[in-house]
Order: sequence, then structure tokens, then C-alpha cells
Amino acid sequence: MDSKVVPKRQIMRLRGRSYVAFVFTPFMPIMNWLEEIDATLTHSPDFFAGRPIVLDLSAVELSSHGITHLVSNLEGRGVRILGLEGVEASGLDSGLPPVLSGGRGCLIQQAEPKKVEVQPPPPSSSLLLQNPVRSGQRIVFTEGDVTVLGSVGSGAEIVASGSIHVYGTLRGRAMAGINGNSAARIYCQKIEAELLAIDGYYQTAEDIGETLRRQPAQAWLDGDVMRITPLN
Amino acid sequence: MAKVLVVTSGKGGVGKTTSTAALGAALAQQGEKVVVVDFDVGLRNLDLIMGAERRVVFDLINVAQGVAKLSQALIRDKRLENLWLLPASQTRDKDALTDEGIRDIIAELRTRFDWVICDSPAGIERGATLAMRYADEAVIVTNPEVSSVRDADRIIGMLDSKTVKAEQGEQMKKHVLITRYDTSRASRGEMLNIDDILEILAVPLLGIIPESQDVLKASNVGSPVTLNDATSMPARAYMDAARRLSGETVTMVVPTEQRKGFMDRLFGRRAA
Repeated sequence: MDSKVVPKRQIMRLRGRSYVAFVFTPFMPIMNWLEEIDATLTHSPDFFAGRPIVLDLSAVELSSHGITHLVSNLEGRGVRILGLEGVEASGLDSGLPPVLSGGRGCLIQQAEPKKVEVQPPPPSSSLLLQNPVRSGQRIVFTEGDVTVLGSVGSGAEIVASGSIHVYGTLRGRAMAGINGNSAARIYCQKIEAELLAIDGYYQTAEDIGETLRRQPAQAWLDGDVMRITPLN
Repeated sequence: MAKVLVVTSGKGGVGKTTSTAALGAALAQQGEKVVVVDFDVGLRNLDLIMGAERRVVFDLINVAQGVAKLSQALIRDKRLENLWLLPASQTRDKDALTDEGIRDIIAELRTRFDWVICDSPAGIERGATLAMRYADEAVIVTNPEVSSVRDADRIIGMLDSKTVKAEQGEQMKKHVLITRYDTSRASRGEMLNIDDILEILAVPLLGIIPESQDVLKASNVGSPVTLNDATSMPARAYMDAARRLSGETVTMVVPTEQRKGFMDRLFGRRAA
């Protein structure tokens, strides 16, 4: 194999694209016009910062030296000139921005952040599950309570930001108040849970008292202690 | 109208294939035209239990891929003329199954048979999900022990979410079939009892198949248990289950081992 690497010639591609720029049209006397600019800058010092600005010189008669002076003056105020308009390109200093032509007027829309309409908080909702929750299923509801009419199977998981109500047997895991709601509770008709958690505090099946097993029960937080008490 | 039934369990070794063969044969014995379909690609067993392993030419994958026609792959039972088998491929794996392929095969089987019984592989992966995908009804096979029941619960969850019927918002009809049930062990608390299982699964009971040597005997001679010895306890339990599948109301009998009396035991040998 030939070891010489022949550099692949890249084809240069030129594309046209249009952008929107501010156009400054200075008037005589230039000093007054610069004062106007200064007035704007005192209101909002960063008004022109980072914005593309084109200088339209058709209303003023300036020498090449005068234009260079004006551009550097503006630069001193934090206004960077992208291009010139309304002058002949010939006879200008080479250090000046290029002369543009063919500009079209357009409406510049101030990109103001849209006012966020204050919406009333959604009514506290709850999720109702009419069928049993089977082993391996995971129900996650972060907008309120979860109510299960059937049982929650061993190996199933219910996660809710609010409370959890199970009208059948709770054999799986129940995690209530996951978004830091320590007032959430877990209620069930028959407790055989693998794990109960409220706001991060949890108890496994081993911790649940034998006398409670298979009884109606509720779990709630008493400070940072989880209590499981019979429901009567 | 043809019914597509999936026999599934989640857990392996609980008796799906045995039950597929026994229920299929029982329905055929009751005059229905039945095909049993083996979905356990790569670990096919149904052909052995049906005693058709020496007649397999084409299989489910061949038909799904268009290599063979359905009529070429179907094997007619030698004992029952209205019982057929569509075997699985032993040389491929479950990845060879495609959703479209299975859909087309099931649709074609529906036009030819009264019952299409799909023998699901164990697990919850592709093979099992495709076996249940186009089913109308499901038989969930479980043994009376906790791990089997929990896996059955998992499978029921999938039947209610991953099947075409579930996706169309319809409820799939489900039945629980408890196999290897031993009354005396259950009464001693060594097994879950029927009520516990039904309470956990919340699905109606189709039948209780007693633990019995007859099941193993039938498997070893390559015969569905209902054909091998129709008077045996498991055969009678499967027959009843098949009649319940057809919509008949049959009283549920909890099978009890026919305890031999003292005199029977004493004279058992002589009488035999």
C-alpha cells in the first residue's frame, strides 16, 4: 500500500445568508448626533453591546479621515460597526469596515420575555386505579393521591406525591409523599407490604409488627419516625 | 368463532406444556377442532408431549418466514383426527419470531380451527409476549407456592397491558389453572391453599390439577394425560377444565387423594 497520504482537496462552499442589523444614520453636526447616542447609553449602557450595527453615511459628508474618526469614536462607546453604507468604497481607509449595499428595511422586534400568565394552581388531583396492580407494575403519580380499588401485588410498586389508599391487600411497595410531603399517609385494607415509605422514611416487611399483618392499617410520619397503626 | 387461548405462567416448570397438550386433547375429545402451537422456539417440548417428535418437518419459524406453508407444517394427531400440532423450531431462538409473522399465522389458524392453543415459553421476554400478543383468552398456570404465584401475577399484568386486546381497551378473559396440587400438603400448610392463590391473583379458577404420577407417565409415553388414561384424576380434572373453557358450568371438585383404607392396603396386592 502506498504510504503517502494525498491530502484530499476540500471544496470551499460559499453560501449567502441575510441578517438583521441596526442602522445608524448620523446627521450634521456629528457632535450633536454623538450626544444623542450618549444619552441613549446613559439610560441603558448595554443597549448596543454585541449588536451588529451598520453606519449609513448618506446624510453626511465626511472625509475618509472623518469616517475613521467617527468609527473609532463609536467603538470607544462600545458600539461596533459591522459595515458602512452610503459611501463610495474607493478612497476609504483599509482598516474600515466593508461597504454594504442592498439593505432592506425591516421591523426589529424586541425579544422581550413573554409575560407568564399567572395560572391558578391545578386542583389537587388524584389517580384512581380500578384494577389490581400486578407484580412488576410500577405506578408513579406526582400530582397527588393514588387510590387502588383492588390489591397491590407482591413486587408491584406505587409511588405518589400524596397519600396512597389501597382498598385491597397491599403486598407490594408503597411510597407516599415523594416530593417532600411528610403529611402524606398510606392506608390499606390489609397490610402485607414489602416496603412502606413516606417522604423518604421507610420500613420493610421485617419492621412491620406481626400483630398488624393482614389487618387494616395506616402508616404516617410522627416527626421523623414512621408509625404503623391499625385502622379501626 | 375461533378462540385463541394462550397457556402461560411466567415461571418455568409449572406445567404449561402438559396443560396445553391435555386441554387441547380434551377439547378435541369433546369434538372441537383444535391446534396446539408451540411458541417455545429453541426449547421445544410440545411435540414430545404430543408424541409427534418424529414427524416434524417444518415449524412455526419456517411458516413465519414464508419458507413453508401452514398446511405443510401442521401435524395431525394419530389418535384424534381433529387435533393438530404446529411445532416450534429447535435450532433457532426467540429472536426469529416476528410480530407480523405471528399475527399472520394466528389469523390463518383462526380460519381453520375452533381453538388455537398457544403454549408460551417461560419468562417475560419476546417469546412469552408474542405467544400472548394475539390471544383472546389466557390460562395462567400456577403451582401452589409463592414464587409461582407471584410470577403468575406478573404475567397477568402483562396480559392486561401488552396484548392486542388490552391495547384496544378490551378486557382479556383470564383463567387460573392450579397444577400439582396436593390436598394433604396444603392442609398441613406446606402449600398455599386455593383461597390464598385466588385472593392474590383475583382471577377466576379454571381447574385444580392434582399432583399425580399419571402426568409424568403420560409425558414419558408422548401422550396428553387426557388421552393416556381418561379415568385418572388429572385427566378428569383437565376434562372438567376444558368443559369450563367451552362455557359449561362444572362443579369444582378439590381433588382428594383416594386414600386406601386399611383393608385395601392389606389386600391391595392380592387384588391387583
